[in-house]
Amino acid sequence: MALFCLWGYLSLWGMDPSHTKGTMPTSTSISARKAADMGCDQFPAGLRVLVVDDDPTCLRILEKMLQNCCYAVTKCNRAEIALSMLRENKNGFDIVLSDVHMPDMDGFKLLEQVGLEMDLPVIMMSADDGKNVVMKGVIHGACDYLIKPVRIEALKNIWQHVVRKRKSEWKDLEQSGSMDDGDRDQNVSEGANYSSSAYDGSWNSSKRKRDAEEELEERDDTSALKKPRVVWSVELHQQFVIAVDQLGIDKAVPKKILELMNVPGLSRENVASHLQKYRLYLRRLSGVSPHPSNLNNSFMNPQDHPPFGSMASSYNGIDLQTLLVTGQLSPQSLAALQATGLRRPTAKSSLPMALVDQNNIFSFENPKLRFGEDQTQHLNNTKPVSLFHGIPTKMEPKQLANMQHPSVQTQRNMNMNMNMNMNMALNIKSEHGGTQLMHLSQQQTVGQTLNNSNVTHLPGIPSTLRNLIISGSVTTGNGTADNSHGPRYNLVSPTSVMVNYPMSQTTEVFQEEMNSNLKVSSGVMSSYGVFSDLHMQKSHDWDSQNVSTLAFGTPHHGNFIHHSFDISPSSLIHHGFPSSQTNGENHNSSVNGKTNFSFLDSTQPGIPQSVDHNSFFDPGEVKNQIIPDASYQTDLLSEDFGQDELLGVFLKQEQQEDNGSVDFSGYQTENICV
Amino acid sequence: MEVGSMQRQWVQYIKSWLGEGTLDGQYLQLLQLQDESNPTFVSEVVTLFFEDTEELLNKLSLALSQPSVDFKKIDDHVHQLKGSSSSIGALRVKNACIAFRNVCDQQSAEGCLRCLQQVQQEFYCVKEKLSYLFALEKRILNAGGSIPMDLGS
Repeated sequence: MALFCLWGYLSLWGMDPSHTKGTMPTSTSISARKAADMGCDQFPAGLRVLVVDDDPTCLRILEKMLQNCCYAVTKCNRAEIALSMLRENKNGFDIVLSDVHMPDMDGFKLLEQVGLEMDLPVIMMSADDGKNVVMKGVIHGACDYLIKPVRIEALKNIWQHVVRKRKSEWKDLEQSGSMDDGDRDQNVSEGANYSSSAYDGSWNSSKRKRDAEEELEERDDTSALKKPRVVWSVELHQQFVIAVDQLGIDKAVPKKILELMNVPGLSRENVASHLQKYRLYLRRLSGVSPHPSNLNNSFMNPQDHPPFGSMASSYNGIDLQTLLVTGQLSPQSLAALQATGLRRPTAKSSLPMALVDQNNIFSFENPKLRFGEDQTQHLNNTKPVSLFHGIPTKMEPKQLANMQHPSVQTQRNMNMNMNMNMNMALNIKSEHGGTQLMHLSQQQTVGQTLNNSNVTHLPGIPSTLRNLIISGSVTTGNGTADNSHGPRYNLVSPTSVMVNYPMSQTTEVFQEEMNSNLKVSSGVMSSYGVFSDLHMQKSHDWDSQNVSTLAFGTPHHGNFIHHSFDISPSSLIHHGFPSSQTNGENHNSSVNGKTNFSFLDSTQPGIPQSVDHNSFFDPGEVKNQIIPDASYQTDLLSEDFGQDELLGVFLKQEQQEDNGSVDFSGYQTENICV
Repeated sequence: MEVGSMQRQWVQYIKSWLGEGTLDGQYLQLLQLQDESNPTFVSEVVTLFFEDTEELLNKLSLALSQPSVDFKKIDDHVHQLKGSSSSIGALRVKNACIAFRNVCDQQSAEGCLRCLQQVQQEFYCVKEKLSYLFALEKRILNAGGSIPMDLGS
C-alpha cells in the first residue's frame, strides 16, 4: 500500500543527530539514541517534529512524549523562532505541532505561514476545547487539533498526517505524469514492524483505508518515490510575488508565473498550488467586511461584468470560508474575487460562497447541524486551502449532486465542443437564465457558488441549510438573495479571460459545500488544458505538488481533488466529489468507485426544476452522492478518462434525467440536450 | 526504611491522591514516560511546573492589584496555568483555573481575587504532596532501588 511505500520514503528521513535547530537545543541526537534504545528503527521512527509551545512544562512533556514515540523532536518556545528554524532548514522537518495561545504570535498565524511557505502538516494544540477554536484550527488548515492535556497515544499517530500529505502529493505527481510508479515496497511487513499497540491501531485503520482504496492504489503507488518537496523560501516566495505582481493578480496563471520566475526545478504544479495558497492568504489579509451592495452590483449586472463566482475558485472559496469563519463575510470576498477576476478558474473553486456561509453559520449558529459534528472529523484537513474541510460531508452529496450534475451537463457540452466554456452556473434562475448562462458560459469552471435563490426550492436541502444558503447569500451577499432569481453567481468570466486560464487554473467546478442550490455548470475551458490543471491541483493540501483539479464536493479534510480537465468531461463529473486525498476516512458518502457518475444513476427522474434551465440537479436527487475518495478521484481524473467516457456519462445522464433539470442553454454549445 | 517499603509507600501515596482528586490520569501518563534510563523525568517536569506556576501566580497577583485590571491578560495567564496543570495531572489546580476563567469573564476583580486564592491553595497543596513524593523517590534511588513504573506493585 501507499503506506508502506511511504515507509521507504519516510525511513529515508532518518534522524540526523547533527541536525541542530535554531536556538533551542536540539533534541535530535537524544531522540536518536533513545530511539535506538527503544528499538525504534521502524517507520515512523525518526519523524522530524517541531513542537512549539510557550509553556515550558507542556513543551518539556511533549518533547518527552514525542521522543518516546521515536520521533526526532525539536522544541521551541516562540513562534518566531520556530518560523526561522523552518525557514533556515527547509525540508528539515516533517510536521509541526503548535500551541494555539502564544504570546508572540497567534498559533493560527503560524499555521498559515507554515502552510504558505513550507507546506508542512501542522497540528494545533490547546487546553481550549471550545468548538469555535477547533473550528478555527480546521479552517486555517490544521491537519489535526489536539486538546490538552495531550496523551502520548495521540502523538503516536501524528505520522499519519505526514503520510497522508505525501501520498496526496505523490498522487498529484502521478497524475501529472511526472512520476513513474515506484516499486512497491511491499516488504514493509504489515504489522511486523509495529510494535506498539498504538501503531497497530493506526496501522490497521490505515490498512483498512488502503484496502478501500485498493483499486486506486495502483496508480498512486509511487512507493519509493521521494518527491522532493518544494520549500517556499522567503526568496522564492519573493520571486513568486514579483512575478504575480508583474502579471497582475488577475492574470497570474501558474504557467506564466513559472516562466517569469525562471527557477530551475520548480514545476508548474508547485506554482499552482502555491498560488492557491497565496490567494487565500491575500484574501485573509484584505480582511474585508461584507459589502452586500458590491455583490449585488456585480451579480446583478452580469452584462457589465460577469460576476464571477466567488465560490468558484477553490481558492476563493477557501478564502471565503476563512472570511466567513472569521466573521468577514464572503460577499466581501466575492466582491474581491470578482475584482480579482475570478474568471480565472482558480484551482479550487470549490466552495461556493454558500458553503462558506453555511460553514459559518453552522459553526456559530447551528451547532446541531451535521456540519458541526463533522467538523471534528475534518480536523485532519491539511491545508488552509481546504477551508472546506470543515464542511460537513453530509451535505456534500447533495451539493455534490448539484455540482455534479452541472458538470455532467457541461461535460456534454465540452465533449461536443471543446471550445465551449462551460460555466458553473449556480442557481441561475430562469429569469435570467439564458442570458446569464451566456455570461457564465464564458467562464472557466470555477467553483462558483452560487446563488442561493433556489435554495428554497431544493427539496433535498435541509431547511437549515437552505436558510443558511439564503441568508448566507454567500455568493451574492445581497438582500435580494431570497427573492431574486437573478443570477447571482459568480461565474462567468469573459471569454478572453478564459483564455488565460486554461490549464493552469483549476476549475473548481464544484464546491462540495455548495449548497445544493447551486447549479454548477462547470465552465470548462475548451481545451483540456484546464482539465489538466484541474487535475493538478490538489485542493486537498494546496500542496506544492498541486495538480490542478477541480475541487468538488465535500472537503474531506479539506481535500479537494482538483481534477484537471485535461481529460475530458469525465473529469468534470468527478467534480463535486470531495476530494479526500487521504483516504476515504472521512467520507461520509459512499465512494463510487470509478465513476463518479454514480450519481447519475441515482438521479431521480423528477429532478426538481427549481431553477431555470441552468439549474442542475437538485441535491435531493442525488442520493448518496459521494464524494469519492480523493485518491479515487484523482484516478478518475487521470488522463485515462477520455472524452468518450465523459460523453458516455453525459449521454447517460441525459437519459436518466428529466430534461429540464439541466439546462445548457447557457452554454455556447448547442449540443446539450436538456 | 528499606527500599521495598519505600516503594510501597510511594504507591500508596499516588493511589490515594488519585482517589481524592489531587492527581488525575495524566500523572500516570507522565509516569509512563519515565523509566530506568530516565528515572527523574517526572520530578523534573513537575518541578518545572512548580517554578513556572509560582511565576504565573505572582503575575496574577500583580495584575489583580492594578487600579485598572486587565482581565484579558489575567485570562491568558489562567489559561496557560490551566494547560500546564492539566498536563501534569494536577486536577484540582486545573479545576480551580476553569472556575477562575469563568469568573474572569464576568470581569469582577473581587471574584478574580477569590479565585486566585483558590488556585493558590490548590497549587500549594499539590506542591507539598508531590515534593514529599519526590523526596521519597530520591531516597529510593539513593538506596539503590527504582521508582515503581506502575501502581500494581
